[in-house]
Amino acid sequence: MWIEVTQLFINGLLLGSILALGAVGATMIFGVLRFAHFAHGDLMTMGAYFALLVVVSLNLPVMVALPVAMLMTAGLAVGIDQVVYRRIRRVQPVILLISSFATALILRAVVQMIWGSSNQVYATGIQMPWRIGPLAIKPDHILIFCAAAVLVIAVHLFLSRTRMGKAMRAMSDNMNLALITGIPADRVIMWTWAIGGALAAAAGVFLGMDTRLHPVMGWTLLLPVFAATIVGGIGRPYGAIFGGLLIGCAMELSTLIIPGAYKPAVAFAIMILTLIFRPQGIIKGAL
Amino acid sequence: MSLLTAQGIYAGYGEADILQGINLTVGANEIVVIVGPNGAGKSTAMKAVFGLVPIRQGRIEYVGEDITNQPPERMVARGIAYVPQEANVFPSLSVLENLELGAYAIAGDITPRLEKVYEIFPRLKERRQQQAGVMSGGERQMVAMGRALMIEPRLLMLDEPTAGLSPRLIDETFERIREINALGIGVLMVEQNARQALAIADRGYVLASGRNRHEDTGAGLLADPEVAKMFLGG
Amino acid sequence: MMELSGLISYAVFFLTLVGIYAILTLGLNVQWGMTGQFNIGIAGFFAVGAYSTAILSTDRADNWLGGFGLPFPAGLVGAILITIPIAWVIGRITANLRTDYLAIATIGIAEIIRLFFLNESWLSNGVRGIPGISKPFGLGNNGYLLLVIGFVALVYLLVEVARRSPWGRVLRAIRDNEPATAAAGKNIAHFRLQAFVVGSCIMALAGALYAHFVGFISPEAFRPLYGTFLVWVMLIAGGSGNNLGAILGALVVWLVWSSTEMLAGLMPSGLVASESAFRIFLIGVLLQIILVTRPSGLLPERRPPLPGRDQ
Ligand SMILES: Nc1ncnc2c1ncn2[C@@H]1O[C@H](COP(=O)(O)OP(=O)(O)OP(=O)(O)O)[C@@H](O)[C@H]1O
Ligand SMILES: [Mg+2]
Repeated sequence: MWIEVTQLFINGLLLGSILALGAVGATMIFGVLRFAHFAHGDLMTMGAYFALLVVVSLNLPVMVALPVAMLMTAGLAVGIDQVVYRRIRRVQPVILLISSFATALILRAVVQMIWGSSNQVYATGIQMPWRIGPLAIKPDHILIFCAAAVLVIAVHLFLSRTRMGKAMRAMSDNMNLALITGIPADRVIMWTWAIGGALAAAAGVFLGMDTRLHPVMGWTLLLPVFAATIVGGIGRPYGAIFGGLLIGCAMELSTLIIPGAYKPAVAFAIMILTLIFRPQGIIKGAL
Repeated sequence: MSLLTAQGIYAGYGEADILQGINLTVGANEIVVIVGPNGAGKSTAMKAVFGLVPIRQGRIEYVGEDITNQPPERMVARGIAYVPQEANVFPSLSVLENLELGAYAIAGDITPRLEKVYEIFPRLKERRQQQAGVMSGGERQMVAMGRALMIEPRLLMLDEPTAGLSPRLIDETFERIREINALGIGVLMVEQNARQALAIADRGYVLASGRNRHEDTGAGLLADPEVAKMFLGG
Repeated sequence: MMELSGLISYAVFFLTLVGIYAILTLGLNVQWGMTGQFNIGIAGFFAVGAYSTAILSTDRADNWLGGFGLPFPAGLVGAILITIPIAWVIGRITANLRTDYLAIATIGIAEIIRLFFLNESWLSNGVRGIPGISKPFGLGNNGYLLLVIGFVALVYLLVEVARRSPWGRVLRAIRDNEPATAAAGKNIAHFRLQAFVVGSCIMALAGALYAHFVGFISPEAFRPLYGTFLVWVMLIAGGSGNNLGAILGALVVWLVWSSTEMLAGLMPSGLVASESAFRIFLIGVLLQIILVTRPSGLLPERRPPLPGRDQ
């Protein structure tokens, strides 16, 4: 029994770090721009396919393709903002919400048109898992853990050490005061999209490494990603990391009790409970 | 030349004008206080000067240059700093980060500026790693003023800096404001503690219903029996 | 001659779907247009309505619950009666959430409803879906179109009466200025919940009509694209808050959606790997253009004056 639990826990941490990367970006966009970005899951998908493009066309390992995919997705996110969101930012937040819903469908359609709808993988062949006692861990999983940890630390350093990172947190804290202080909102917003896009790409690539690539791979993770941002407290990147790990583990461990098909429902239930009982997020204080 | 002049300002949030032709001047090195009943438009006047509420008519000049309806970024770049009445710190950021962001527009080393702010508010130095959101009202007000001072402004605009503070802290705050002014910074402030504020003011304005009602030296307003009766609570 | 009859039967098919979408859009208009509730879980209620009537009205089957072989009216009424408690519970939990939270919550609910129908085979026959849902009263496609038009008119009248009623005015007051409405002594949570349930029942009705029209339903039909996204495009394009606009939006957008099929057909097949993806792409771009250039839609809401807000 405990072996199964440990194995699920490891899987949960893996899923959790993928969710965390998505959630950090989503929560920063939420904090700075005050809207739930419904295309975030599809940015993840885009990132995964950008990496596939590099892997296939240049015959590079996926970890080398990762930074390229992150850059491309960052550029894509900034571009979408400049072309669409920026123009409707001042109208009504819900218009932005609807627009991001449309963006989600457009991105998915683009993926389908370019790469088709069937499953794809970065590397064919089966990876032999390492056996640690009764536990099975794939080398890819270790790679994903490490890369995710590096990215999370990089985000932490960016947010806590750089002027732009602090300005980003400030805008998410108190938009009005940020303007009064003379923080250039447009620049901060661009950086927020760039970082959110890059992290989403990383999440997508890791998801693709762990499972397979598919046009709806990101969309199906959107709900858990939002759940992670809400559990961690909207606009709080450190909370989002915690939320991602929590949701990831809860989703995996829930399969002990309920059918695996209902994993998204577990994320959803935790999210709803958070919204009802602790709408500020479940960790105390302003992390 | 005066630091700031506002002439015939009409401004408001929606259709209606909250400000109906107000005039203000702040001379270099002056402390100017705005008093008036709740809802008079005092905060709105401050926001209009700082470019946060659109001005529909009238003109604002800062050291002789037209700054009407310019965005806050430009105000900061010209050396005007503003501390709003509410939500005037970044709660999840540390004291130090709040101050650093105050100097966002400043390129180069900001340590000398930090030291100056710490000199005026030594408490902020002790507390620099603390999250601003969990501090007391008085400390938050210090953070807010410190943040504004980081651009080394020539004009500091304060909206009710003593609201909600204990009498001892109110005294201390006014003392600090005098020190800041003594550094050569003009101060334009809105105050509910009107008597004390006017006592340190060079000049004062009484606003009511979006219009100028009285204007005089601080002492002059304090001595005016009508002002005392109507606006200073007898 | 053959061509003409082909054209007519296409038009009948087309208009029936427009009618069903018009009902969905009217339901959304009660929630979003009138009350300001951002429901993007339309597909969920659409599915509940469709499955309810399918289970109630199909003949006895081994692969899913029932069927109970009940007549068409019982299927429709049953769909609404089943939706009421579901919408009520969901509304109770979510109705006071902020707009963006409500959006996230409702999309989650729709997804869970779809997962439920996908996985609970005893109830819904899983992926294989429920076939053999017949049209009522021996109607053919033409007759069914008239029936659907009748329902559109009925729902339009009901929603329009509601909109002009004191109840509708309170909803709009909540949408436009919640604090003032609360201060006027209205129980906001109550009104919101009512609007949510009413809108959801209208969506379920559309789902039931859809099931009887196509005769076969499976979870695939209730993906967010068809069930939710197109409805939003219709309401936004038509003009949210305006019920005629909602119907017009359904017509125009379905027309555009159907013509993207032809457009996609014109593309050289080598260029477009997936025709339906191309259509989604086009409709998504269209929506973005509408949002950027004309966010209040073709027929913007005409606002009757609200009592207490005319100072
Ligand atoms: N953001 C806003 N939107 C719309 N109206 C506003 C807004 N802020 C203030 N008002 C209105 O403008 C008028 C003046 O408000 P203002 O805040 O300038 O008053 P004040 O003199 O600063 O009052 P107080 O002493 O309470 O701070 C009030 O009637 C107020 O209701
Ligand atoms: Mg005020």
